[in-house]
This record gives sequence, C-alpha cells and structure tokens, in this order.
Amino acid sequence: MNAIKFLFAAYIATWLIHAFYLGTLVRRFGRLRRELKELHKP
Amino acid sequence: MKRLFTFLSIVTAILLVYGLYQALVAAPTERTMGDVQRIFYYHVPSAWTAFCLFFTNLIASIVYLATKRMKADALAVASAEVGVVFCTIVLVTGPIWARPVWGIWWTWDVRLTTTLVLWLIYVSYLVLRRFSDTAQTPILAAVLAVFGALDVPIVYFSIWFFRTQHPQPVMGRGGSLDPRMLHAFLINLLAFSCFGALVCWSRYRLELLHREVEEAHAMASLSDAEPAKATLPLNRSPR
Repeated sequence: MNAIKFLFAAYIATWLIHAFYLGTLVRRFGRLRRELKELHKP
Repeated sequence: MKRLFTFLSIVTAILLVYGLYQALVAAPTERTMGDVQRIFYYHVPSAWTAFCLFFTNLIASIVYLATKRMKADALAVASAEVGVVFCTIVLVTGPIWARPVWGIWWTWDVRLTTTLVLWLIYVSYLVLRRFSDTAQTPILAAVLAVFGALDVPIVYFSIWFFRTQHPQPVMGRGGSLDPRMLHAFLINLLAFSCFGALVCWSRYRLELLHREVEEAHAMASLSDAEPAKATLPLNRSPR
C-alpha cells in the first residue's frame, strides 16, 4: 500500500466518522420530535 | 437563530470545501514524508477542535457546579460528546499517518497514550451520563469533567516536556512552516473550528429537546396518576 492510499484512508475515515455521527443526530432529532408530538396530542 | 444557523452552515461548508482543496491540491508536498504529510491538515485541526470542546465542557461544568443551571449542564453534555467524535478522528488519523512514516501503527509514547487516556475519560463521562439517571448524575459528571480536563494540558505539553516519537510543534519554538502550508493549515483550522461549533450547537439543541420530552413524559405520567389516585380508595377492598 503506497502513501497516497494512507492519505485517502485518513480523509475518508474522517468524513465517515462525521457522517455517521451527524446521521445519529438527525435520527435522534426525528425520534424526539415525533415523541413530543405524540405527547402533546389531546 | 435559525437564520444564523443556516448562514453559519453555508459558511462552514464553503470553508470545508476550500480547506479540502488547499490540503490536497494547493499545499506543496512535504520533502521527507511526501503526500502522506497532508493528513496533518485534518489531524491537527481535529485535535484543536477536540481541545476547544473539552475546554467548553470544563467551563460549562464549572458553571453548572456553581449555579446548577440546566442549560450549562446541557452544554457540558453536548461539548463532551462532540469532543469525543473529534478526538476519535485524531486517534484514527494518527495511526494511519504513523504507519507509512514510522513503520508502526501505534506506540505507547507519552503524546499518544495521554490522548488515548483523554478519550477514555470523556467516553466514561458519556457512559456515566447515559446509564446513570439519578439527581446526583449531573454533579458527579461535572466533577469528573473538571478532573478529566486536567489531561488536556498534559496532552498538549507532553511533546515539550518529554522525549517522544511524536513530532515537535511546527510553529513557534524555532519550528517553521512553508507559507502555503500555513495557509492550508489555518483554513482547515478555521473550518474545523466552525464545524465543531455548529455540530456542538446542534447537539445542544438536541439535549434541550431531550429534556423537554422527558419533562413532557413526567407531566403526562403525573396527569395519568392523578385520576388513579383519586379512584384508589373506591377500588380498595374492605379489610
């Protein structure tokens, strides 16, 4: 494996970690908003 | 507030794209390490952002201990979680950089070990927040955060005080950086700082929403319990 592959591995790993974390945030926001809507239903 | 968030998101996205261009295309190739040195433009800004977020966690924890303000506690949780994400990136990109340069993925040198310990401290902070649900949890977590933050200066100054395999700082203390490399580095530093702040802001809003839902659950269970309490004597069988 040459050096350029390590470079791309590091950049891809960085953005994969960020994308995964942002995905969990979006999912948690959606779940909480749904839950709040259910609770406020008359 | 929503407009400011959208504006900052657009600015951050532009900065991140420009930073990526600077890191991969505009910055010159380093003479000894070659292209793999470009990991520096993501590795160091990620470490800087993690340190800023852990510092925010420290300040928010101190404010919470002094005032017991719920918003300070919410900010402490948010900054710790996002800080752990950035610290994870440091711990992932570091070994990927080390392998072609040092010939090893990991070594138990002071900088690397203290960074791993820092990550473990904040993971334990998040585990405490996640699995303990008593009234004392925010106080215990805030105390843990205050002691945990002591590791941040140890990580930062370790390469100055100890002989380590980790490179010495390239700026200050006699080190120098090519102006184009410095420009790429500063752009990425700014981009990652803005990105970290935005993600922390989103996580803070999520934490407030989570507390609102918990409060709504508590109110709902109280209003459910009230009629039950009222009917309890009627249902009780005679002794």
